[in-house]
Amino acid sequence: MVILGGVTFAIDGVTVLDDVSADIPPRAVTGLLGPNGAGKSTLLRLIAGLVKPDAGSIRLEGTIVASLPRREAAQRIALLEQSATPSVDLSVREVVLLGRIPHRSRVLGSFGGADDHLVADRALAMVGARELEERQWHTLSGGQQQRVQIARALAQQPSLLLLDEPTNHLDVSAQLSLLGQVRGLGLTSVMALHDLNLAAAYCDHILLLHRGRLVASGSPAEVLQPSVIADVYGVDCDIIEHPRGGHPVIVFSPSGTPHRHQADHHADHHAAHQRAES
Amino acid sequence: MATQSTRTAAAVTGRPGRRPGVRYAGWLVLSVVSLAAVGALAVAIGPADVSLPDVIASIAGHLGLPAPSVPPLIDSIVWQLRLPRILTAAAVGAGLALSGAVMQSVTRNPLADPYLLGLSSGASLGAVCVVILGVAFALPAAAFLGALAALVATLSIARVGGTITPGRAVLSGLAIAQLAAAGTSFVIFWSAKGDSYREILNWLLGSLAGSSWSSVAISATALLVVGSGILLAATRLDAFAFGDTAAASLGLDVNGTRWALLGGVALLTGSMVAVSGAIGFVGLILPHLVRGLSGPGHRRLLPLVAVLGALFLVVADTLARTVFDPRELPVGIITAFIGVPVFILLIKRKRSAAW
Repeated sequence: MVILGGVTFAIDGVTVLDDVSADIPPRAVTGLLGPNGAGKSTLLRLIAGLVKPDAGSIRLEGTIVASLPRREAAQRIALLEQSATPSVDLSVREVVLLGRIPHRSRVLGSFGGADDHLVADRALAMVGARELEERQWHTLSGGQQQRVQIARALAQQPSLLLLDEPTNHLDVSAQLSLLGQVRGLGLTSVMALHDLNLAAAYCDHILLLHRGRLVASGSPAEVLQPSVIADVYGVDCDIIEHPRGGHPVIVFSPSGTPHRHQADHHADHHAAHQRAES
Repeated sequence: MATQSTRTAAAVTGRPGRRPGVRYAGWLVLSVVSLAAVGALAVAIGPADVSLPDVIASIAGHLGLPAPSVPPLIDSIVWQLRLPRILTAAAVGAGLALSGAVMQSVTRNPLADPYLLGLSSGASLGAVCVVILGVAFALPAAAFLGALAALVATLSIARVGGTITPGRAVLSGLAIAQLAAAGTSFVIFWSAKGDSYREILNWLLGSLAGSSWSSVAISATALLVVGSGILLAATRLDAFAFGDTAAASLGLDVNGTRWALLGGVALLTGSMVAVSGAIGFVGLILPHLVRGLSGPGHRRLLPLVAVLGALFLVVADTLARTVFDPRELPVGIITAFIGVPVFILLIKRKRSAAW
């Protein structure tokens, strides 16, 4: 259970997050939504304990995250950044073993921890990437790289998994399989997402940020309302039910599409026009 | 953590990853053996002919082992001139190669090297101030301060808007290296007594000609102390691969670790430059070559890069003192002839648009 209490954060005097309070449910996937610059990535960094809030607090199972030493935070929280590239061409196994660093002894950690390889094997198996372990990072596809990154995060054996736009640059099948995998882990996860439909399909809970403020939170059906989306994103849309999944599907309307309350009127007008022409 | 046994996990039998380990151990053993063999040969090679059995007998005799007696002249050539020089070359080569590997990792810059980023020239300036001006400061300490000052200057100049690109780092390193080299030459000219050109060349291009047992003591101590610290930090170096945020989210105190390691590199480079002058490109070439054998993981890379760095510089120095026999080349000329083509290849090969 993660509790955000009045989290406020500014960079160079510009407020990025303003009094954000929310509960993040355990063992569920929470989606962090909002337009560019809404403060999603910053909030993830704060939850990870990489930066400290100017005011307010973030508690993980009762402990204030900012008060945790880096190493202890890393034993409990894993963060996946947006499409990271290593400076040297590591193998998949080496990347996954990076996740063991916070669990190793401080002084002799370079000689490896006893169960490192076992944990790495399991982590790779959990994301179905065992067959990739001898591959070099740069030979992997984008989707495979993200899966390996998740395996690295799992090797940290965290109780909280944070993902910053994990589906960026992935094709649609890789997006779906990646998010399905995250759901299947059963961990408390928080992920920043751009795609509202992916959030509606794969998240149990949604936090919607706009200009650093939390404007809505709740289940996808509660948060993803046409009026809310219009306010935050400034776009027109309709919400329908997914024909098989039952979750909300957001159908965006390009500018120029008739307005919802005008639509009937417009159809009448169109029909009348056709009648006149015939 | 719950284990999900997937189809792929079940299909994997045995333990893959064993074979690269064996191959690596093979390379390490081969390198150590080659270093010992080439080192012994290098002692035998030179203007005065010394046979390999005499080399071994002389060394064994000094170590208190039973050995046939060796003519005193041969014995002093081996024990007083060539052996200290070759041991110094080995320690300096190992130290510079380790320095390069660490710098490339913590700055995420494939072109990082103590010479290219100005540390070596800064160390030369510090060392020259002690030697020539007689500033009361231990030689390695002064070289360390020079290297550290150059490093801080290079990184501060290269830092624009909180980030340092590899290209900017090399450019500002070039500026700092030129400044420190000019300072070194100036100090030597100012206090000119006799052959100042030779002296300038030795400091700026590096030379192991004056190596004595005290050079061995300085360089080997620095290598053992700083080198073992670096080895203990091997996995922390791995953690830098994905950048600062990733390293921090793996539990590292990123800035503390980076500056501790860079401080260690300055100490190591400073000590090496104090005994040999600024020898270039060893720290650039070796890590790139060795990654091909060991893979990029630092636990394997660091020991092998140290041994092969030692081997590389022993060979380069032996060429330097024998190719134009009886004249000696500064060894930096040889390392540059090999290093600059590698540098060009690296620039051409790099796929990112970081420059």
